[in-house]
Amino acid sequence: MEINQNAVLPVTGSGTKIHAVSRHKWKSNTLPALITVGPVTLWLAFFVAVPLVYVAVMSFCSIDSYYNVVFKFTLDNYARLLDINYVKIYGQSFLIAFASTAISILLAYPFSYLIARTKSHKKMLYYILVIIPFWTNSLIRIYGWRTFLGKYGWLNSALMALHLIQKPADFLYNRGTTILGMVYCLFPFMVLPLYTSIEKLDENLLEASADLGARKLPTLFHVILPLTAGGIFSGCIMVFIPTLGYFFVSDILGGGNADVIGNLIERQFQSGNNWPLGSALSIILIVITLVLVKTYQKCGGSMENFGA
Amino acid sequence: MDHKKKIVEISGVNKVYGENHVVKNLTLDVCEGEFLTLLGSSGCGKTTTLRMIAGFEEPTSGTICVEGENIDNKEPFERDVNTVFQSYALFPHMNIYDNIAYGLKMKKVPKAQISRRVPEMLDLVQMGGFEKRFPSQLSGGQKQRVAIARALINRPKVLLLDEPLGALDLKLRKQMQIELKRLQRKLNITFIYVTHDQEEALTMSDRIAVMHDGVLEQVGLPREIYDAPATKFVATFIGETNLFEGYVEREDAGLLTIVTENGRIPAKGKGFKKNDIVAVSVRPEKMKYSSEKMTGFEVPAQVKEHIFVGAVEKTIATLPNGNEIKLERLTGDIEVLGDVVYPYWNLDDARLLKSPSDTVVKAIDSGETLENVQPAAV
Repeated sequence: MEINQNAVLPVTGSGTKIHAVSRHKWKSNTLPALITVGPVTLWLAFFVAVPLVYVAVMSFCSIDSYYNVVFKFTLDNYARLLDINYVKIYGQSFLIAFASTAISILLAYPFSYLIARTKSHKKMLYYILVIIPFWTNSLIRIYGWRTFLGKYGWLNSALMALHLIQKPADFLYNRGTTILGMVYCLFPFMVLPLYTSIEKLDENLLEASADLGARKLPTLFHVILPLTAGGIFSGCIMVFIPTLGYFFVSDILGGGNADVIGNLIERQFQSGNNWPLGSALSIILIVITLVLVKTYQKCGGSMENFGA
Repeated sequence: MDHKKKIVEISGVNKVYGENHVVKNLTLDVCEGEFLTLLGSSGCGKTTTLRMIAGFEEPTSGTICVEGENIDNKEPFERDVNTVFQSYALFPHMNIYDNIAYGLKMKKVPKAQISRRVPEMLDLVQMGGFEKRFPSQLSGGQKQRVAIARALINRPKVLLLDEPLGALDLKLRKQMQIELKRLQRKLNITFIYVTHDQEEALTMSDRIAVMHDGVLEQVGLPREIYDAPATKFVATFIGETNLFEGYVEREDAGLLTIVTENGRIPAKGKGFKKNDIVAVSVRPEKMKYSSEKMTGFEVPAQVKEHIFVGAVEKTIATLPNGNEIKLERLTGDIEVLGDVVYPYWNLDDARLLKSPSDTVVKAIDSGETLENVQPAAV
């Protein structure tokens, strides 16, 4: 292929951009480009860009006294987000998301380390054991927990049968069970990036650390954790962000005592029938997500870590 | 070497991975301040041996002692040895200063001492001023220097080097060989160096231990290994050689007549008797030839090719059974291609080796090529 003198291929931090390819080249590339990139672009436009714009526009609309959407510009929806009752829910959301993320790391890190570093051929089996529940509907799995933890559920029955408790205990409908459900649902999202980053870890570096006199714990803190930080951070984002929105988990296991931002949004679109307010809440959630991902990238994180 | 203190004693060490017997009954002593090279082709067990000394692998049986103390139950971080890895294994998230300081930090050496010793060490490997760089910003040769500095700063009793120059280009490798040797002499630290490059081993080592298939074939000075190889493997692995395999037909006061597939040759050697299977190893530079048969040398060879390699010229000649031999001569004295010549040599320049293989004898007994003294046209 001939090298085009006019072609400039600057490599920037965010990726490779192709500028100023000569007009002739552009024409000859148009058809293949349309065939390859075209369908994806259309898909993204219709299913991502259009709904997003729709939600953004909706968040600035008003409603009339019958809760019909009126296309009249207002900032009221955003102003209402500062209501103390909402702010309390944001706080609670972050608390639940933070706890879920922390517990997920503590559970998933040793687990991922084990399956990533094992030389046994069972490695794939362990990996699949994480993935399989992932393919089952999470709503069903969360209902499973309710059956297990409920007043007349298996846990209470078992404890009473063993005479450890006299009457059924209330396990359900609090922040604890909601966090449990979140961790349970999002565990694979923590394992996958961790697994990827730990598997990339060069065995020689661990040997070098030991060789230089570092015991197991210093090696963990000075070598293993810093080098898998990308995986840890992307795992955190993949757990933290969905937790803010997983309303069905707090609905089923929290029973209104552990609402997250997702519950607020769901309520505005369903029972509240206030779509503009729901849209404003959604936009806030999107902004939080973008800020977190941007922070991750600023800290030198690679988006590749999100892939399994 | 006997007058020197032994620092590493490997006795009766075996390493078995499932079906593979990687290191077989290895016994080897390394003296203080010595540059010892473990030489062998890949898979011969040399790296495994090094890793057992470092503590990354556990011997299946046998013991390893450092300064007379058995270290079998010591973890790698408890051993006073350091390793330079083939892949350098520099910590990519730390700058050069932190990489080199790592060992000292782990040993809780005072900060003031660390900040004095790290630049000193960097100067020693000619990397002064690179403290703030990261490994990804260095070239292969620079990374290697840092890896060496990171190991040496801990003042190990023994430095283990696992093919440290393997990834460098030829010119840089030659330069680093000389530098490493100088560094070793200057610091007087024992080096155990693993390589598959026989030339590298000959250049740098005080002693060479040649391993083959998990077995230690020979330990000795580079010159001993080259001039007096103990086994057929050592003879062929170190430098170029011509092997004539056959059996002893006659033995008379250390003078022997060997029958080979291609004819009889004389040899000198003690401890051989009639019908012993042997191999005669002659280095190309020791080979001469004449157009007449010399006394006792009955093997003919047909000149096939001349290769010009600078100061000397190599000639390849074909034996009646199709094997090729190499001869080395000063440029100028060229035989015509296709001529039949008779190689000979000073009997003291050849090395008589016991050969475990009897396939040669079977070939001789079948007598097919023996009669066919004139080689077929090439």
